[in-house]
Amino acid sequence: MKVPLRFLLNGREVALEVQPHARLLDALRDYAGLTGTKEGCGEGECGACTVLVDGRAVNSCLYPALEAEGCAVLTVEGLVSAQGGLSELQQAFVEEGGAQCGFCTPGMVMSAAALLSENAAPSDDEIREALVGNLCRCTGYTQIVASIRAAAQKAGKAQS
Amino acid sequence: MNEFRFIGVDTARPDAPDKVSGRAQYIHDITLPGMLWGAIRFSDHAHARIRHIDTSEAEKLPGVEAVITAYNTPEVRIGFLRDNFALKRDKVRQFRDEIAAVAARDPETAREAAALIRVEYEPLPGVFSPEEALVEGAPLVHETDARGRARKDNIVPVRFAHHSGDLEAGKRASRHVVEGEYRVPLIQQSCMGTAGCIASFDARGNLTLVAKTQIPFLAQKDFNRALGALGLEGRNTRVVVPALGGGFGTGLDTHAYEYIAMLLAWRTGRPVKILYNREEEFAFLSPRQSASARIRQGCDENGRLTFREIEVVQDNGAYTSWGATFPSVMLVPATSLYRVQNVSFESKIVYTNNTYCQAMRGYGNPEITWPIESSIDELAELAGIDPFDMRLLNCNQPGETTPMGLKITTCGLKECLERTAASLDWKEKRGRQDAKRRGVGMAGVINVAGGGKIYRSDGSGIILKPDDYGNVNVSYGGVEMGQGLHSALALTVAEALGIRPENVIVNQTDTASCPWDVGTHASRGAFMACNAAVLAARKLKARLLEWAAEIYPQEVEEALARARRHSSFKEPDFDWRDAARRGQFELANGILTVTGAPELPELQVDFGRLLRAVHFRRQGPGTTFAEDAFYEPPTELPDWDKGIGNMSATYAFGAQGVEVEVDEETGEVKILRLVAVHDVGRVLNPQTLKGQIYGALAQGIGYAMYEQVLTDKGRVLNPGFTDYKLPTACEMGFPIDVQLVETNDPEGPFGAKGVGEPGLVPTAPAIANAIFDAIGVRIRDLPITPEKILLALRQRR
Repeated sequence: MKVPLRFLLNGREVALEVQPHARLLDALRDYAGLTGTKEGCGEGECGACTVLVDGRAVNSCLYPALEAEGCAVLTVEGLVSAQGGLSELQQAFVEEGGAQCGFCTPGMVMSAAALLSENAAPSDDEIREALVGNLCRCTGYTQIVASIRAAAQKAGKAQS
Repeated sequence: MNEFRFIGVDTARPDAPDKVSGRAQYIHDITLPGMLWGAIRFSDHAHARIRHIDTSEAEKLPGVEAVITAYNTPEVRIGFLRDNFALKRDKVRQFRDEIAAVAARDPETAREAAALIRVEYEPLPGVFSPEEALVEGAPLVHETDARGRARKDNIVPVRFAHHSGDLEAGKRASRHVVEGEYRVPLIQQSCMGTAGCIASFDARGNLTLVAKTQIPFLAQKDFNRALGALGLEGRNTRVVVPALGGGFGTGLDTHAYEYIAMLLAWRTGRPVKILYNREEEFAFLSPRQSASARIRQGCDENGRLTFREIEVVQDNGAYTSWGATFPSVMLVPATSLYRVQNVSFESKIVYTNNTYCQAMRGYGNPEITWPIESSIDELAELAGIDPFDMRLLNCNQPGETTPMGLKITTCGLKECLERTAASLDWKEKRGRQDAKRRGVGMAGVINVAGGGKIYRSDGSGIILKPDDYGNVNVSYGGVEMGQGLHSALALTVAEALGIRPENVIVNQTDTASCPWDVGTHASRGAFMACNAAVLAARKLKARLLEWAAEIYPQEVEEALARARRHSSFKEPDFDWRDAARRGQFELANGILTVTGAPELPELQVDFGRLLRAVHFRRQGPGTTFAEDAFYEPPTELPDWDKGIGNMSATYAFGAQGVEVEVDEETGEVKILRLVAVHDVGRVLNPQTLKGQIYGALAQGIGYAMYEQVLTDKGRVLNPGFTDYKLPTACEMGFPIDVQLVETNDPEGPFGAKGVGEPGLVPTAPAIANAIFDAIGVRIRDLPITPEKILLALRQRR
């Protein structure tokens, strides 16, 4: 028995039919076909499934899909411009070596996007705080922090 | 001054754009038409006889397409000792034993059906530590070996030993001797992307396996053998490797779940995917082996090492995978970290009813460097020598041959130790033990860095295939699992051939199109791939420059003719025809020209134009072409009984140091800073190389301070990140100083050494040594938890 679900996905209205118990992660990956959001643990510990719901970073593996009804959901695919170009934040991850195996990367990028929307010039400690719910086994986080710092600096320069 | 155009220059990874935008396709993201999902029913006991399996309820569940057990499928043996089976018959030996499996229309139905399978057992007494398993008359995990011969004990029949020099003479020559027993825990590799595969058959019985593997070609061999068990002798397996969500050794063997997917796909005639969730990854995938090591070391009155004696015991778990061969790598530091002449190494691998173990990054090296480097500090303390001075005194030197027969070509250990000490302000900081309870510690590392010969060939093949548009496709059989192999390959091919890195396209690893490679392990990926790439690029370039003699003059004449139509054009003041006649061609940065030519576009032929001119040649037949090469390093397969053989073409050295602050009230250790200085031969891409070291350090910190898979009578108690602690960005928030020492190894590609593993090897002993410097207690059992520190402090009082 499936139920209707409507929400704004990366700026576009979507209408899905999902199982009532489906997680937002399932709605994104299995029903909307966006596999950029990853499942690393399914219990809200690793952050690989992080997406933004109405601008707030959530673990989509713990978030009931039906709770997203009428909300604006942003995934890693939604950061890319309509022409396919990477966002400044994604580009910073490319240039600073913020991705290795890349499995945690979509979640890292989304947590970083949430941070930068609230704090345009975070300190390294604030960046690390914002990533505490995102595990990475490859990078040791150094170059992820550097990526977010670089993105913030670039955005800061563009504004001033 | 960098003599290279791309080597040594920070360059973004070619795979990064897809990874940051969610486009990279991992096994989790791949679905094939008609695909079914597999689920496995695992054992409910650590050791029991299987009395009866009732699959009837599972078969009745709508959406279930097949239910298999060992009783309705052919026997498929796995593991290098053939002591494991895809599906278990008669007996289970560990909680993760696979008893039955289901293929169904979706993962939920498959798991539900697997849970409906009823199994009746007759529980047996188990053995859950090597100590229990080695007791006379202990229950046998395996009553027979793979050939059906009765077994008398629980010792795994593999032998790795080394005895050189005169141990007793070494002991007699010792002024000081220390002895200690050190332990390392079971830990989980913790790839962020869990394990999984998709198996499918074509109508002729050929298998395609999309696999999270690091050994596509050895996996192909294993699966071809398994096809034989299905009556499909002579049929072939194609192994295709998707983007990997980490490897770290998990992909070094083939796994029961892969054979089960194969059996389900064969039974149903449809593709079958099996994907582990995180709990299954923790409980049912092979972790890094736990081990204990007893070490004795001595030195003379000056601090010179006189002997080293090590006995290792490893808990193998119930079946044998590559974890059982960790001692093959332990031999390297045991015999060759610092100069020591009289060495004894013995190892014992013991079957238990615990989860069976596998490879992880470092593969025995962290396990044995932990006792060696802790013991060096204990010895220095006893001898009243600064442990840094003792390390320098016994430091390895270029040109030496070690007791194992390792030929040390280049060696930056001395510089690594010195720079570590300098960065830590060692001489000012060490031995202070002030009120703040701060201390410094260091440890060194030796690691294979030019392959590690464990198989009849340690070589790698490569194919470079240019297209008509100035790109070169690279087919390489090794695996990109996040470490940056494709970046190293792109830079190497670009540098060696004279094109731009963005025009090097590394193909997906696929046994059908890539030449053979033994696997991506032992820090060998970039070393092998880039050596092979340099060989192939040289051949490719030589052929291109031969054609250039014909093509360059044609192309330049045409370009000049076009240019002359413009009145402003001036003839170049340079005899390019003469240079071309002499064959003085240069291909660099994707441009063909002749030596000394001024930078005029008319005198430059774009690489793509050159390739098209070869393909669509005007005089004589045109051609397409590719070049291949096979690089086999100049190494020996060691004699494992004797523990002698130069298994790697070069060795990486390094040193790490930490400053810690210990809270004696809580036992908490705070890392104030960490320095890692590594002899990397030559830096290929600084960004990816540093990324490798930063990441290894985090794994080293986790191993030292946080990680442990807890078990009770064989059952994993903490199968998730809630109770299994990985370092987060906050734990890694201390300053890290990574320094790279370039020793320019003659066997390395552009002088580079393999660097994948060394970064996590010396971290734990460096921390333990710093803790001793801070508070005077020595922890010999990883991980170093606050509880262990408090206990040690209480025992000291």
